Amino acid sequence: MTKKNYWRELWNYHELIYILSWRDIKIRYKQTVMGASWGIIRPLVTTIIFTVVFNRIAKLQNPSAAPYILMVSAGMLPWQFFASALGETSNSVIGNAGLISKVYFPRLIIPLSSIVTSLVDFMVAFVIIIAMMIWFQFAPGWQIILLPFFIMLLIASALGVGLFLTALNVKYRDFRHLIPFVIQVGLYVTPVAFSSKSIPAHWRIWYSINPMAGIVDGFRWCLLDDTLYWPGLIISIVITLFLLVAGLRYFRKMEKNFVDDI
Amino acid sequence: MADTIIEVRDLSKNYIISHENGRDANANLRETITHQFKRMFSKSSPQQENNVQTSEKFWALQDVSFDIERGSRVGILGSNGAGKSTLLKILSKIIEPSEGYAKVTGHVVSLLEVGTGFHQELTGRENIFLNGVILGMSRAEIRKKFDEIVDFAEIAQFLDTPVKKYSSGMYMRLAFAVAAHLEPEILIIDEVLAVGDSRFQKKCINKMDEISRGDGRTVLFVSHNLEAVRSFCNKGIYLNSGKLAMQGDIEEVANKYASFYNGKLTAFKPNSHKPIFFNSITVNSPIVPFNNAIVLQCEVISDSHQDSYIIGMTITDTFDNKVGSILLNNKEPLKKGVNHINIKVPFTNVVPGDYKFITALALDETLNNEDVVWDYPGFTITPDSANNHFMIPKWHHSWGAHIMPDISFI
Repeated sequence: MTKKNYWRELWNYHELIYILSWRDIKIRYKQTVMGASWGIIRPLVTTIIFTVVFNRIAKLQNPSAAPYILMVSAGMLPWQFFASALGETSNSVIGNAGLISKVYFPRLIIPLSSIVTSLVDFMVAFVIIIAMMIWFQFAPGWQIILLPFFIMLLIASALGVGLFLTALNVKYRDFRHLIPFVIQVGLYVTPVAFSSKSIPAHWRIWYSINPMAGIVDGFRWCLLDDTLYWPGLIISIVITLFLLVAGLRYFRKMEKNFVDDI
Repeated sequence: MADTIIEVRDLSKNYIISHENGRDANANLRETITHQFKRMFSKSSPQQENNVQTSEKFWALQDVSFDIERGSRVGILGSNGAGKSTLLKILSKIIEPSEGYAKVTGHVVSLLEVGTGFHQELTGRENIFLNGVILGMSRAEIRKKFDEIVDFAEIAQFLDTPVKKYSSGMYMRLAFAVAAHLEPEILIIDEVLAVGDSRFQKKCINKMDEISRGDGRTVLFVSHNLEAVRSFCNKGIYLNSGKLAMQGDIEEVANKYASFYNGKLTAFKPNSHKPIFFNSITVNSPIVPFNNAIVLQCEVISDSHQDSYIIGMTITDTFDNKVGSILLNNKEPLKKGVNHINIKVPFTNVVPGDYKFITALALDETLNNEDVVWDYPGFTITPDSANNHFMIPKWHHSWGAHIMPDISFI
């Protein structure tokens, strides 16, 4: 199939993306007492614990003006999305094995719908940080208008890595064990619970190879008027674009054999 | 030339089956990496390597070519493992062929399973939308046809109940109802009618008929119900162990399939462990002209003397439709040892075709069968120009196998 047809076909099926993520969200809170409030409780409690551990116990400080808890939640916001998107996409094709072995649609629909599902959680977490900013009476700077760009960058990097992992997970189930581990480690190598300014200056450029480092910094820049480390951001953009293109190509190459490999 | 909607050329699909010490299809990463390393550093030829891996190629489909014209209703026949499902999956673009190609022009909807994508926890209403979108409808379209779908499925009162609480019949009806309201150019149906009661099956077949005849849609239909295939389809494709055995008009293909299928069954083996059994059973001639009689010759071995016995006989056609039956009460005794029983069967008004006997022996009117011989022997009734009923050349199988006698104008 030519490239152009591929994307047109994907568009023809765009409703399927929404309905599959609608299904996943609907199912997730069936038979739960607290329902969707889980979407708020989880990130909120994690943020509080991180603040207590890193700020109160380990005595780390935020070099910028914002309260420590705000800094943590501005880091938690993109990280939670990234982590949940990786977790959801990487299992998405296997989880929908019954579907893809019986019906044809562009396979990319499945990881895309997982991204949309994670995006809904992201919206909920966004409400939390807005509420906190109001509570601390902390107004963002003019950079807030650039936030959509960083959200796009975040989605692109999650999708890029997610597509790789999805395709690999179909063939090699090792990734099922590897992914939770990577996410766990990733939380500590990404400046979520601390400021990236705590990194020694000569290491900082290497630290930026983790695309999420630049993205988290970007979120803090937009929301909390933090300073931005521009070289880090540029590296992050380049790496994200590379991951997205490579991830898409790899996924397209592998998707032909999904049903045979599953 | 007519409008070709599906073009299949030299289509093959193989699977590598690996054995114990070969690499598994779901290889794990470490094995793949070490394997790649070994290959990089060892100088062994690929030939040698193949010897190490004891895997073999299994051809699910091999060199299949055919064309399907727009608007035809094609029945795909073949026994289990003949490659029917593989073919349908390739035509639906679910899997890719190993060799050859299938060019399909038009929007395809395939029903390879009842209720694909249904979620147990969701209600009937929610599943209609979910399933509809999965099968390629837009939500607006579903909203438009929603009432029609609910009507067809006959589940109006359970619309807001999770489908996990549905009976299997309701589930099946809902699933088919959604599918029946799709408007694809090509509809592919695999064995989905195997479930559900016969009234609903009929309703589905009628709906499919309406779909395909009304707007000239193309339908590919797999079912083990040969009768359903025969009455619904006009073309047939017969697959045998992954190869195309025959294609053409459904009547010819179905007959060939049925005779092949019956051929496999016709090996007669006496049930000699039973106290009373048919030791051999034959007809005096396997070919009978229309309105002539045949003699069924049975050799029965009994370990005891019996005062009387009953022979039950049914005649079926190649599609296992019953033509008729009889019970014969014989007042003569069944001797200990070998008995020769000859039965004259006049096939008055049975139309030309292939038929076979089912014969049973019981001792009294409780009809507990001592022994039964299924589908053996077979025989063929041929048209007889001297004796023919004028309807014979025009006869259609769906009218039955028997010309009703003695009906006339008064």
